[in-house]
Amino acid sequence: MSETRLAPALRTFLRYAGISAVALALFAVVLLAAGKDPLKAYADTFTSTLSSAYGLSELLVRMTPLLLTAVAVALPSRLGLINVGGEGQLYMGAWMATAGVLLFPAWPRWLLLPFAALLGFLGGALWAAIPGALRAARLVNETIATLLLNYVAPLIISYSIFGPWRAEGSSAYPQSPAFPDAALLPTFYDTRIHAGFLISLAALLAYWLLLERTRWGVDMRAIGGNAEAAQRLGIPVAAWIVIALAIGGGFAGLAGMGEVMGVHGRLRQSLSPGFGFTGFLISWLAGGRPLGILFMAFLLAIITSAGDTLQITQGLPYAVVNILLALILFLVLARQPQRGVSK
Amino acid sequence: MTTPLLLGVLAGAILSGTSLLYATLGETLVERSGLVNLGLEGLLLIGASVGFSVTAVTGSAWLGLAAAAMAGGLANLLFGWLVVTRKANQLASGLAMMFFGFGVSALVGAPHVGAVITGLPKWRPSWLAGLPWVQATTLFNYDLLTWLAIPVALLVWWCLFRTRWGLGVRAVGESPGAAFASGRDPATLQFQALAAGGVLAGLAGAHLSLSLTLTWAEYMTAGRGFIAIALVIFSKWNPMRAVAGALLFGGAEALQLQLQARGSLISPFLLDMTPYLLTLLVLLAWGGARRLAAPASLGRTFYGSD
Repeated sequence: MSETRLAPALRTFLRYAGISAVALALFAVVLLAAGKDPLKAYADTFTSTLSSAYGLSELLVRMTPLLLTAVAVALPSRLGLINVGGEGQLYMGAWMATAGVLLFPAWPRWLLLPFAALLGFLGGALWAAIPGALRAARLVNETIATLLLNYVAPLIISYSIFGPWRAEGSSAYPQSPAFPDAALLPTFYDTRIHAGFLISLAALLAYWLLLERTRWGVDMRAIGGNAEAAQRLGIPVAAWIVIALAIGGGFAGLAGMGEVMGVHGRLRQSLSPGFGFTGFLISWLAGGRPLGILFMAFLLAIITSAGDTLQITQGLPYAVVNILLALILFLVLARQPQRGVSK
Repeated sequence: MTTPLLLGVLAGAILSGTSLLYATLGETLVERSGLVNLGLEGLLLIGASVGFSVTAVTGSAWLGLAAAAMAGGLANLLFGWLVVTRKANQLASGLAMMFFGFGVSALVGAPHVGAVITGLPKWRPSWLAGLPWVQATTLFNYDLLTWLAIPVALLVWWCLFRTRWGLGVRAVGESPGAAFASGRDPATLQFQALAAGGVLAGLAGAHLSLSLTLTWAEYMTAGRGFIAIALVIFSKWNPMRAVAGALLFGGAEALQLQLQARGSLISPFLLDMTPYLLTLLVLLAWGGARRLAAPASLGRTFYGSD
């Protein structure tokens, strides 16, 4: 089973590596037109990511939220649901985890870590359950609802760190107080890789198991194939819609938990440079296949690192890297027209 | 006390409703031809950044406006190349346009962050300025885009419902196969609708940076593109109803600004949530009705003319 999965995943990876190469060439033209040096930008990106142990470790740090937000998209997509709300779910996970840490800062590590992680999962899950419930009741399309909620979640964060959770002396860039040591995820050796990376791999594995090894996976695919038929077979479609979006959102929430408890050590406004959107891209490009997600997360971790390079060495905003992501999508979309109804 | 507040809200509603209206009209045209562009947010950002940058460089807001309109039209043609020519998935293509707009606008706007520009000129007819209460507010002190907002909505309505071209566009949106059989070319009509809709979206973005804020900031459209998509549903794909929708949402934004300016006890961050939550509420209330009003082939790819 695993070998038959590996071959297409590898082929997918190679195909997208090729597409990325073309996209990089096009993006180089864009950078040239902006008066920048694309070769230097690419070389800098390579040295800062793949050419050193430190660079590779930073890639894994970046892959952690990407894997989780990709699974957050992939799981509901098995039912034909489109979750574009990973960004908001990530923020709510970070918010709930922070709430747990700030409420019980004196708890011992063995209790506080799992408690805050659970809250992180719940934060994302509840946030995604809202569009889930609206969709299950056939009231609002989940695509537009998840997109809209992306704009609400960061405001809740801002409200909290400008208000009740504001740390003393953080006037210019308000942030929450630093977390106690007991609330920091363990890191590996001298890197910034934190336990969240293991959680993200576990999430991917759980997704694969759910899909391939359980009855639930069969039910989910039945709904994705033909919801009406699934309903007649006695599968509770409405409940599944809410649950799938909630579990997916929970994984995105864990990504947010990882960022505050593993990387920043406190709650900040600038938690995510669009991890949720990149996660959507990863899942979509990988067709929701677990190994594909792993490969694409690695690839897009490198590509989004280019955004940092552009910012540091070329004086361009990080957001410019979105052009590169768009070019990749354009190429994939233009290459394989999809038959049938696109909804 | 309440009259100035109400007038202030009304003035603000018209001002911030303007860009929402242009964006909604643009998307309405596109959706009437059977296409959904979820990347409207990206188009708005492109319009805002191109408009601002060209104005900052040339010193002329009119040139900025023209450039923004053109950029919006071109961006929508790119979307058309994907979904009409290459028959790609519309939803994914729309999200690709969103990423594209995030990136392009950041690149175009970056050199001009913090630039000081002279925005679109505003004027108020003297006979309106003489009305009681009006003097103290920004009511009726508008730029050309705002003055033209309702005429443009009328124009879009007239084009869609009173011209042969509009009939063709709506026919393609309802049933491209039937439109094709009656001698119309769905692809051409869709590209025309996309170009016109893109121009309107470009103007919508430009109004934000050239009249409302007079600055450029990354992601400054703050989800207005998605709100406009919801407004298309709310207005049942009708340009004249879109006017009411845009005023409602512009009003929500203006009320929240007025409350903040008057030192409301509610946190500004919580007030900032109102447009998004209101959009969800509106979608919720109109959720059932939309299926009847939507163009029948909305979102479907047409393969028949191959």
